[in-house]
Amino acid sequence: MKENFIEIKHVKKEYPMGTNKFVALKDIDLNFSEGEFTGIVGPSGSGKTTLLNIIGSLDSQSEGEVIVLGYEVADLSSSKSARMRSENIGFIFQTYNLLPVYTVFENVEFPLLLLRINKNERIKLVTEALKWVGLLDKIKSRPSQISGGECQRVAIARAIVKKPKLVLADEPTANLDADNSHNILKTMKKINEETGTTFIFATHDAKVIKYLKRKITLLDGSVAKDELVNGG
Amino acid sequence: MLKFLAKGLVRDRSRSFFPILIIAAGVMLTVIFYSWLNGYINMLIEDNARFDTGHVKIVTRAYNELIDQKPYDLAMMNVGHRIETLSRDYPQIQWQPRIYFGGILDVPDENKETLKQGKVAGLGVNLLNSNFERDILNLEQAIKQGKMPSKLGEILISRDIAEKLGIQINDEVTMFGSTMYGSITMQNFIVSGIVVFGVQILDKGAVIIDISDVRKFLDMEDSASEILGFIPKYNEAATYQISAEFNEQNSDPTEEFSEIMIPLKDQGQMAFMINVIDQRMGMFIFIFIFVMSLVLWNSGLMNGIRRYGEIGVRLAIGESKGHIYRSLILESIIIGITATIIGTGIGLIFAFMLQHYGINISSFMKDAEVIMNSTMRAQITPSCYVIGFIPGVFASIIGACFAGIGIYRRNTAQLFKELET
Ligand SMILES: Nc1ncnc2c1ncn2[C@@H]1O[C@H](COP(=O)(O)OP(=O)(O)OP(=O)(O)O)[C@@H](O)[C@H]1O
Ligand SMILES: [Mg+2]
Repeated sequence: MKENFIEIKHVKKEYPMGTNKFVALKDIDLNFSEGEFTGIVGPSGSGKTTLLNIIGSLDSQSEGEVIVLGYEVADLSSSKSARMRSENIGFIFQTYNLLPVYTVFENVEFPLLLLRINKNERIKLVTEALKWVGLLDKIKSRPSQISGGECQRVAIARAIVKKPKLVLADEPTANLDADNSHNILKTMKKINEETGTTFIFATHDAKVIKYLKRKITLLDGSVAKDELVNGG
Repeated sequence: MLKFLAKGLVRDRSRSFFPILIIAAGVMLTVIFYSWLNGYINMLIEDNARFDTGHVKIVTRAYNELIDQKPYDLAMMNVGHRIETLSRDYPQIQWQPRIYFGGILDVPDENKETLKQGKVAGLGVNLLNSNFERDILNLEQAIKQGKMPSKLGEILISRDIAEKLGIQINDEVTMFGSTMYGSITMQNFIVSGIVVFGVQILDKGAVIIDISDVRKFLDMEDSASEILGFIPKYNEAATYQISAEFNEQNSDPTEEFSEIMIPLKDQGQMAFMINVIDQRMGMFIFIFIFVMSLVLWNSGLMNGIRRYGEIGVRLAIGESKGHIYRSLILESIIIGITATIIGTGIGLIFAFMLQHYGINISSFMKDAEVIMNSTMRAQITPSCYVIGFIPGVFASIIGACFAGIGIYRRNTAQLFKELET
């Protein structure tokens, strides 16, 4: 396992608020290794999403250094960081965010189109990904025709289809009932164990906790606790 | 990727329906307006050709220098032979000699003393041995009293002159003038008909006489001021080609009495007028693109706001802003082309009806229908099929360009966050 898969050093994030600044993250220091299955927990407003977005290069820190997969994220141009995301990072969102006009198959296929992967290879990869999440029978459905749990499984398939090194998931279970939540977490855990893909969650769902190997607790923008759990 | 975008457009009606509707409507208007303008230019050309320019015109170089004064002393000789050659070389074209001249019309009393006198502008054309000029000049319709001259020595005069000089049908009048060589000449004519053309220049003081009478009167045997050529169907390129051919063989710039053929569009105000109309069309298309772009920009913005969620996800998945922007423009091209095809199709249907049935405007024209066609028609030319693409596709692209700028103005994090809300 690579030790410095993700390095976060003295990271601070401020949002302008009128004439003042609101500090969302204060001096965060964290390291993640490849293959982790880690949750960032903490109350609402503690900075979980902000941290995840900075790791995913969707947002940039105000101070400090963030190195993801060897890239100094702040130095990347917008198109380079898009490329980095496209090649290495899968995202899963609380609200699934599938593209409503496209079928399940097409939604999962989309990241591969961006990578200009040829058609046969695309079909193979999409089928494989949908098999992971158990949705091969729904490939022609539209997001509006399937349940929330199924939507989130499509979103997972979309995140993992390109075999990224890192998957970032922001509250993936917040809109799901208990059964679906467990189902999703089991799937992700299985992927993590069998492919070595790194997963980082932001969550305040207690159900998630028992699947985690590492739990980082944020409070008011600072790391309050960073512990290995469940024998991780 | 193109297929992917096309699927999105087809499935999400709101993405395509409104813009297609607007663009198709605009393109339809453009096509109708354009073909209408084509028809109008065509009518203008034909009306001018009939009364003034012909589709081509042959004059001497010297005459051409002073063509506005119609100087018949600079007329062509050997016209009979020339028309024979022309008719052999260009059998599809009708060649007609005309003489324009000025004179004084004198109305005598019973004692043959001058009662009244007036200046007239004379036109000598073939009236007696062919019907071509009669039809071209629409004389049947122009004669309000009396009839066409049926033998030599008869004359048509405008109503203005008839009223001014108190002339009745069958009155005898005397025409005074000067011959081609400058000596005084006079001849008597019987008034066979009174004409009204509906345009002032012709109605003010025109007389029309058979060209052989005019030749005798002005001592212009076998001469003509102008020879007009009429093609069955006007074709600008053909007039230029024939003129070039003719001038190459017959025209000598150093010889002032050598003949020169001038295509309609190079005569007088025609080129200017046609250019003005073309410019209007250009303006129309420009304004149209501008207005459509604004509308599409706005609808693109609304649509864009609705799609920030989608754009946010696409950014997160790793699509670059540039790629998304280009894909929006690609979408707009697809929309532009589709809408243009629809709009052009519908526009052509209307244009075809306007071409086929025309609109009768004679009620607006009083008597002018003698000179001007009273039915306005559209004319469909090959360019009508493609003209719509300019505004249709451009407006769509420009609209998308403006609407898409929002993607660049917002930073990634912002776009991304909008998907959470
Ligand atoms: N664009 C912004 N401008 C100003 N303040 C912001 C902005 N985005 C987030 N914040 C603030 O930063 C803090 C951290 O927000 P963040 O979304 O990271 O919290 P979170 O831990 O993910 O909360 P939740 O559990 O509700 O999702 C919050 O107080 C939030 O109000
Ligand atoms: Mg959050």
